[in-house]
Amino acid sequence: MRLDTILRIVAKIFIPFILMFGLYVQLHGDFGPGGGFQAGVIVAAGIILYGIIYGINAAQRAVPPGLVEAMMPLGVAIFAGVGIAGFFTGRNYLDYSNLMHGDMVHGQHWGVFLVEIGVLVTVSSTMLAIFYAFAGRGRE
Amino acid sequence: MEQLINMVLLTLLALITFGIIRVRNLFAVVVLTSAYSFLMASVMMVLDAVDVAMTEASVGAGISTVLALGALYLTKTEEAEPRYSPLLPAVVAGTTGAVLIFGTLDLPPFGSADTPLNTHVGADYLARNMAETDIPNVVTSVLASYRGFDTLGETTVVFTAGIGVLMLLKRWRKAERRED
Amino acid sequence: MTLFEEIAQHYNYWVTILLMVSGLYIVVAKSNMIKRLLGLSVFQTSVYLLYLSPGKILGGTPPILASEYSVYANPLPHVLILTAIVVGVATLALGLALAVRINEAFGSIEEDEIVPVIDREDHAA
Repeated sequence: MRLDTILRIVAKIFIPFILMFGLYVQLHGDFGPGGGFQAGVIVAAGIILYGIIYGINAAQRAVPPGLVEAMMPLGVAIFAGVGIAGFFTGRNYLDYSNLMHGDMVHGQHWGVFLVEIGVLVTVSSTMLAIFYAFAGRGRE
Repeated sequence: MEQLINMVLLTLLALITFGIIRVRNLFAVVVLTSAYSFLMASVMMVLDAVDVAMTEASVGAGISTVLALGALYLTKTEEAEPRYSPLLPAVVAGTTGAVLIFGTLDLPPFGSADTPLNTHVGADYLARNMAETDIPNVVTSVLASYRGFDTLGETTVVFTAGIGVLMLLKRWRKAERRED
Repeated sequence: MTLFEEIAQHYNYWVTILLMVSGLYIVVAKSNMIKRLLGLSVFQTSVYLLYLSPGKILGGTPPILASEYSVYANPLPHVLILTAIVVGVATLALGLALAVRINEAFGSIEEDEIVPVIDREDHAA
């Protein structure tokens, strides 16, 4: 891939926009199409593109595999933790209505926001970990 | 017009499927699958499922193509000649298809609003959503709030599958040293 | 009712079933494991279509509420399928990883070539 100048330059220009678009899809998911699942996949796709063009080692320097593996359970923990927070506000598991001191709509907003972040963290890191696993295997 | 676009896209989808069955070079099959996913995303757009279309375009045409190519790199790219006659599987698939198509004749016509599916739970979510969550995108509010348990389960499945792939494929450093 | 309308009423379901049996055929008839996994994902996408088609309402809009619109597609199938797609790619990756390991162990991903080897090993043991 050393000589593919066009690919390298174009990728370098595009990747920040892909990551930005991922964040937009994540944060705008309440008002338009999008949400944690899509954003997670888009963010992972941006980093996978970097890995394909610049090599797996460069990608692993930018996003270390240890970090990725730590993020996989972290997202599930965020999701389940928001559910448990429902208990402490006197509601059922994963009921966000009381999160903001009885303001139901506000509580739902916060609950959905946090849960979507949990989904983003798990999905993006899992996709990336799977890519690292396949790319790091090498031909025997 | 909506129906016409829908039918044209579905016909293209069916044609690509024949390509996926016939072609023996697996690289070509993976590229065909990618095109198939993009067409499927377009069909989903026509079916008003914008969130799903976005997911299918990024997952089906993007990530799964990369993973399939990665797996092909690690294995073989040419499918072997078939050893057995495909007659029996074709008869089984054809019979199943015929029975299922017979079953569709009683289904309500495409795009009608007064079916049981569209008048119970889905309509209820649409009616309650703004007062209870104030999130305009009903798909997001149902996904994260009304059916939060479901999504928690799905996230856990994604996590578990990721762990499974890591266990199967990742080279752990200690194990490498022992092999040397 | 014209012939076109007659066909259009059920065309979605027919194509869904065509994709479904194509996936079934690939899974049953082909012996290459990666091809089978791709066939399985064709089967899977046909199920997405099966869920989404009845939720569509002609003349409706996507289920993003706004004051200008009143007819929306059913959001429930969208939610179910959205999560199913992401889970689908995760399980596809798991299947591909298994295929890679099988290739490392047997030097082949054709079931027709692997099964005799396993049988021979069983006899030896």
